[in-house]
Amino acid sequence: MRFPRWLRPTLFIAALLAIWEIAVDLHPGQILPGPVSVAGGIVDLLQHGLLLKYVVASLFRVTWGFSLAAVLAIPIGLTLGWYRRGEMAFNPLVQIFRPISPLAWIPLAILWFGVGDLAAIFLIFVGCFFPLLLTAMSAVHNIPAVYINAGRNFGLSPSAFVSRVLYPAVIPQLLVGLRITLGVAWLVVVAAEMISVNSGLGFLIVDARNAGNRYDLVVAGMVVIGVIGLLLDIGMRSLEQIKSFRWRSSEG
Amino acid sequence: MSQTQVVVSGTKSAPKLRVDHLGVVYDRDGQSMPVLEDINLEVRDGEFICIVGPSGCGKSTLLNAMAGFLSPTSGSVSIDGETVTGPDPRRILVFQERGVFPWLTVEGNIGFGLSKLPRAEREKRIAHYVKTVRLEGFENSYPSDLSGGMRQRLQVARALAVNPDILFLDEPFGALDSITRVIMRGELLRIWEAVRRTILFVTHDIDEAVQLADRVVVLSSRPARIQDVLTIDIAHPRNISSPRYLELRDELLKQIGLAYEI
Repeated sequence: MRFPRWLRPTLFIAALLAIWEIAVDLHPGQILPGPVSVAGGIVDLLQHGLLLKYVVASLFRVTWGFSLAAVLAIPIGLTLGWYRRGEMAFNPLVQIFRPISPLAWIPLAILWFGVGDLAAIFLIFVGCFFPLLLTAMSAVHNIPAVYINAGRNFGLSPSAFVSRVLYPAVIPQLLVGLRITLGVAWLVVVAAEMISVNSGLGFLIVDARNAGNRYDLVVAGMVVIGVIGLLLDIGMRSLEQIKSFRWRSSEG
Repeated sequence: MSQTQVVVSGTKSAPKLRVDHLGVVYDRDGQSMPVLEDINLEVRDGEFICIVGPSGCGKSTLLNAMAGFLSPTSGSVSIDGETVTGPDPRRILVFQERGVFPWLTVEGNIGFGLSKLPRAEREKRIAHYVKTVRLEGFENSYPSDLSGGMRQRLQVARALAVNPDILFLDEPFGALDSITRVIMRGELLRIWEAVRRTILFVTHDIDEAVQLADRVVVLSSRPARIQDVLTIDIAHPRNISSPRYLELRDELLKQIGLAYEI
């Protein structure tokens, strides 16, 4: 028997939801809300117009923080990767900053930018910058020498060499790095919103608990975060499928 | 009148490519390792030269030095009397594998070196070389959809499209299966006879050398010197079971065998 590809995961999730609901019904004293009340919470949020507002607020911060990090980290990383001496000078610094959790920057972010969008965007930026920098550096190292030599052979100007050989050669690795980092950004935004702003999905979760122990809304927020994270990942993966980007996997 | 004739015959006898006391020394972990020693060679315009030698002897190093990818430790390489100082679009190196850009289509690869041409001219040139290497119908395919032999033909087409004087081929068919290799030799000869460019072709395959070359340069084992230069005096198409062919082939085998014993 052949099922459509989407059928198996859908059935599996449906089964898990059913088990969840049954378990919650059997133990009404527990404080984990069941799927029905979570769905009710999502509907509640939708009716108040809060869900869309919060999702947009979170995505807005992620877009800015992630884009700023990408725009800065990728050119710097590519340059450092190409000029090994520059990398040798910068590498210790990068390795010191990289393991610092972006959440450790929260006090400084609030001190510098106050409570608001800028602080959250800064935290996402910090969380994305170093992974992207390292991705770009290693992507340059991994360009097969054959492409570089072929590019040199045809007498390209330095700028043409960058745009026609270097850049397309690193794209597949950069896309993987961008996809993973976007996931990081989505993790960081929720944490940042719990502390440094008063809108967004992270704020929704903290607020729902503080303002009246609405755990159905807490879990609703978690579900929405998960679903949007999945959609972001699918979006980035679809970029990787573009033929002129996808070459690495197909050529080995 | 007579003066002009002198000038013409003068340019004719000047070599296209000249390797003069070329030496290359690699530096490995602080130890110097001579790879090429006192290589002297003159190549005429339009000549097909094969370079053979025991594996690891420095055939590719020699080719890379001639193509300008490697600066010699001593001696020099000159083309048309001009010393080679770096890679140049007038002479293109074709690599053993993965040489085509996987992010470009067949057309994109062939047109890679043609971005300075006006659009119409570029398209004409691309179409011409698609036909030359028989890749019609694959213009919009990516290299990942081509077979190994097609990819190598594509690489040759990309090289030819910029009208180079010299093609350097570094074991271009080395990664192909034996049947495809035989077909590719025929294709290369057909292309060479049509465009008449100078070709320097590195191979470890004795038969390949005797089938293709005007002259075969035999290198000794490392540090490589030129052990012998064999003229293959058989007209194309070559009968590979003719006595002369077998004689030359045996001679080359003997040369390589000797090189192994030393």
